[in-house]
Amino acid sequence: MKLPSPRGPLSRAVTEVLSSPVGGEVGDLAPLTRRALEHSVDLLADDDVQLTLYVMYELFYRGFEGVDDDWEWSPDLLAARRLIELALEQHLSDRVAVPEGVAPARAAVAEALFALTAPTPGPSVARYVAKRATLEQVRELLVQRSVYQLKEADPHTWAIPRLVGRPKAALVEIQADEYGGGDPERMHCELFARTMRGAALDAEYGAYIEQIPAVTLAGVNVMSLFGLHRRWRGATAGHLAAFEMTSSLPNRLYGDGFRRHGFGQDTTEYFDEHVEADAVHEQIAGRDLAGALVQQEPELLHDVLFGAATCLYLDEVVGEHLLSAWGAGVSSLRTA
Amino acid sequence: MTTDDRPSDRRPVRTPSIVACPDGPILVRGDVTLVDDSGRAIPRRRSTVALCRCGASAIKPYCDGTHKAIGFTAP
Repeated sequence: MKLPSPRGPLSRAVTEVLSSPVGGEVGDLAPLTRRALEHSVDLLADDDVQLTLYVMYELFYRGFEGVDDDWEWSPDLLAARRLIELALEQHLSDRVAVPEGVAPARAAVAEALFALTAPTPGPSVARYVAKRATLEQVRELLVQRSVYQLKEADPHTWAIPRLVGRPKAALVEIQADEYGGGDPERMHCELFARTMRGAALDAEYGAYIEQIPAVTLAGVNVMSLFGLHRRWRGATAGHLAAFEMTSSLPNRLYGDGFRRHGFGQDTTEYFDEHVEADAVHEQIAGRDLAGALVQQEPELLHDVLFGAATCLYLDEVVGEHLLSAWGAGVSSLRTA
Repeated sequence: MTTDDRPSDRRPVRTPSIVACPDGPILVRGDVTLVDDSGRAIPRRRSTVALCRCGASAIKPYCDGTHKAIGFTAP
């Protein structure tokens, strides 16, 4: 993908650094980073900070056209990234309510995760999409989701080498299914690309990055934060469990929304696949991944629950952003 | 390689196993063919499948998570 346009002084400095060859003068990014964080009113909605973090993380996935791959492990970039990560972790731990009184045992953790993610009545993006969203809005949903779904499963895959035994096998079992059981045509990211093309959208990785708002980037950034740090392996397991547990029923509704607008099975297959797949994955993720991990490493209990609760919190923040924009009759995307 | 260790003798998929998930579906793994009541094979797209146990799934015989919405408790 192309290096995104900057959205403020920090992302300007970082994209300028990345545009230069490795080995040149970077300058100290720390003061600029601290200033951006101090001036930030709402970190999750801060375009400059979230884009900067997104760009720093993307170096670990697919990189950018014309950007030297060696920037990935640049100590200067990592030092600045660390400051943003600390602020983001603080922001989340101040706001995310973690269930208390859960026993550090496999069944108790699974039960707590299912309780935390239990379906709730009331407004949701999925219900809105099923019943009310316009054609423009359902296409916009795909654009919003594309920033994660075109690399679907990748952030959680980072945790595989950090786990052992049953939780490792459980994560491999889920991820193998995410990657189509080895069939490139069945990989979930490829199914999503087909859905985008079916809706006459550009399925190229990163094609819509300029239009993606900070809150959506924040959702993906948190997955990368958890995935790229071994110390957050518990949070990755919890995040994936919550993600899978809140997927089957909403995906049925997303599919309904697209069917309502006359899209055929080739376009809705992504959603239909997730109704079936995630009903499998949630069972494995709850007990054999998250539950068994806590059984194995009881000190990860809080992280597992924090990861799950963070997934739900970010889902809510992004959902509120979409529904408030659509309710006001405006686009949820950034106007470039 | 001995004659007992020919690739064709190796089990291609894991030993079948069936797990009844608490208040949830039945997970089926391994070399199991699902058939309908007239014996026709039901398409299976993944190596681990979840079979509906609450009776309310819209994609039976597979689970679609509806048991959670109806508050199903396994007998």
